[in-house]
Amino acid sequence: MLGYIVQRLLIMVPTLIVISIVVFTIIKLPPGDYFSTYVAELQSEGEAVDLQKIEFLKKEYGFDKPVWEQYLYWAGGLLRGDLGYSFEYNLPVRDIVGDKLFLTFIVSFATVLFTYVVAFPIGIYSATHQYSWSDHALTLLGFIGLATPNFLLALVLLYLANIYLGVSIGGLMDPRYLDAPWSLAKAQSVFAHLWIPVIVIGLSGTAGMIRRLRANLLDELQKQYVTTARAKGLPPFRALVKYPLRMALNPFISDIGSLLPHIISGAAVVSVVMNLPTTGPMLLEALRSQDMYLAGSFLMFLAFLTVIGMLISDLALAALDPRIRLSGGVSR
Amino acid sequence: MSVETASPPAAAAAERLPHYVSPQPFDPYSAEEMTPQQERYYMASQWRMMWWKLKRHRIAVASGVILLAMYLSITVSEFLAPYDYQSRHSDFIYAPPQGIHLFHDGRLIGPYVAGFDYHLDMRDLRRVYTPNLRKIEKLRFLCHGDHYSFWGLVPGDLHLVCPAEGGTLFLLGTDRLGRDLLSRILYGARISLTIGLVGVAVSFTLGIVIGGIAGYYGGWVDILIQRLIEIIQSFPHLPLWMALSAILPVTWSPLLVYFGITIILGLIEWTHLGRAVRSKLLALREEDFCTAALLMGAKPARIIGRHLLPSFMSHLIATATLTIPSMILGETALSFLGLGLRPPITSWGVLLNEAQNINVVALYPWLMLPVVPVIVMVLAFNFLGDGLRDAADPYR
Repeated sequence: MLGYIVQRLLIMVPTLIVISIVVFTIIKLPPGDYFSTYVAELQSEGEAVDLQKIEFLKKEYGFDKPVWEQYLYWAGGLLRGDLGYSFEYNLPVRDIVGDKLFLTFIVSFATVLFTYVVAFPIGIYSATHQYSWSDHALTLLGFIGLATPNFLLALVLLYLANIYLGVSIGGLMDPRYLDAPWSLAKAQSVFAHLWIPVIVIGLSGTAGMIRRLRANLLDELQKQYVTTARAKGLPPFRALVKYPLRMALNPFISDIGSLLPHIISGAAVVSVVMNLPTTGPMLLEALRSQDMYLAGSFLMFLAFLTVIGMLISDLALAALDPRIRLSGGVSR
Repeated sequence: MSVETASPPAAAAAERLPHYVSPQPFDPYSAEEMTPQQERYYMASQWRMMWWKLKRHRIAVASGVILLAMYLSITVSEFLAPYDYQSRHSDFIYAPPQGIHLFHDGRLIGPYVAGFDYHLDMRDLRRVYTPNLRKIEKLRFLCHGDHYSFWGLVPGDLHLVCPAEGGTLFLLGTDRLGRDLLSRILYGARISLTIGLVGVAVSFTLGIVIGGIAGYYGGWVDILIQRLIEIIQSFPHLPLWMALSAILPVTWSPLLVYFGITIILGLIEWTHLGRAVRSKLLALREEDFCTAALLMGAKPARIIGRHLLPSFMSHLIATATLTIPSMILGETALSFLGLGLRPPITSWGVLLNEAQNINVVALYPWLMLPVVPVIVMVLAFNFLGDGLRDAADPYR
């Protein structure tokens, strides 16, 4: 097991390096940079531009150096925990994003939890009651969940929640807690607001997971050992949980790797619609204004979150399934 | 021959058939001959068998028909739409959908819509349209209406259905500029439906080339490409799409942006296809026919293209069908955020961009209607893809 963990951790290093190169390329690709846009904007408004200050800033952030040197500067900063400097806000990126990253993490975590808690019983139910009307209904519901653009669902749910439950529209907490320090009431308010984004973001992932769990479990239930177990008089519940369910669980756990990118993508759109104080709206803004360090650090953080998620799912899988642990292979 | 004992009864001996030898010439291949039906079944090409299997999958066939109808509709959008997608009706801003009626006072008078009575609600400052059942505006069919140029080439003004002279026909309501939503959805289908196809073409090419290289060569090339695919898949797609489409210069013409977006969608979605190609190739390259081709001196490109690809093309097409919906949803999300297509190009995502506001849900819910074709499309592609995948699988 230890060997496997070490091996798995070592694979992460080149992965993260490649991801950082991709991210840097992307934020560098647009023609021009933040300063040229900024200067052009100021000049078009007829305002005086402090060219000296801009030149100084450009030099300070190494905009005059070759690209690979800029990359090393940025990546080296990331390693030391220095996320760079946001030109738009005139603040270090870390000061701007700290709270947002935390909330993103909470929303993602809650969504994963929601997905599992909902998908698990429903998947088992529709597999054991195959072709019953409730199975058909759940399948249809799942398909619609897969096909509905989640931003629209968010709007409708927000509206309904506001009308029927009186939850304030948008945001992740009641407006009066915005600048308040963390307290019990604030946490409660967050929870009261959390469920809409969690449902909206989690819906398509949940639908997919229900379908996969159902298919896997159906495959297992047809095998002969299940028949044997039943013939020998094992109670139905035990005959389900003891072996078939355990076998069907493998993809369930490895799924977290593919679930997380999904959730984070969904969160990015939904948070723009719902004006959540997570990374989505700020990333959008940063991309529009070419605030490259801010955008880059966001992208990097999102990618890092998914890489960590994959690591966790691989390790959990290894702990559960001796075949993976011993052969040291990659799970999928 | 008369070694008979007494044991068989005499009656049985009498009924014994005479020894018979057919005078027909003996054909040793007769066992392999088949009836025309059997021949049709056993000699059927792979595609024909797929078609037979697919026909049994009723939901997939229904989805296929729906998709076909939608794709046919975009060839004649101008004719189907009652209005031009850009014509504004400043007297009917945010008008609600008009229903089609058949009966008036218990008499059948053919399809008509009720004209609007309009007043401005000064308290809420909102426009109020009430359908007035006495204002009968009969629909006209195959009539001359808004001028258009068919596919931007041939000028015309023939429409399938038009409003009555001086009347209105907003079956799905109008938007903030008084443009007919139904017409805009019909025109938007042109962009939304093709964007998935072009995107899939891009990702198909990438997937086959890169997945093919990985699967055929194996070894470190394979490992490298595998890692690359894993990295791309581990990246949240939407933020990546957002970042990439932020790159597209603002100065580009809408058409260029359209192609830019399709390429961006394809650039990231190819990984599923790449994986499918790779795993199939790994299995197939061990087959004898592949070794035979190799021994005869065929180049890798020929072996991949001529021998390996055709043997799992059907599977690939099924996989591709399943990637189209995620591209359509991707475009919708991007346009919704204002990073994708920009007006005057009209796609379903661009139309939904107008429904970004909570006010819309409360006051003008019909502006969310473009989501209906999106859902139908995505579902249809999913069912068709499922059906195709089952049909392409020889073991089912």
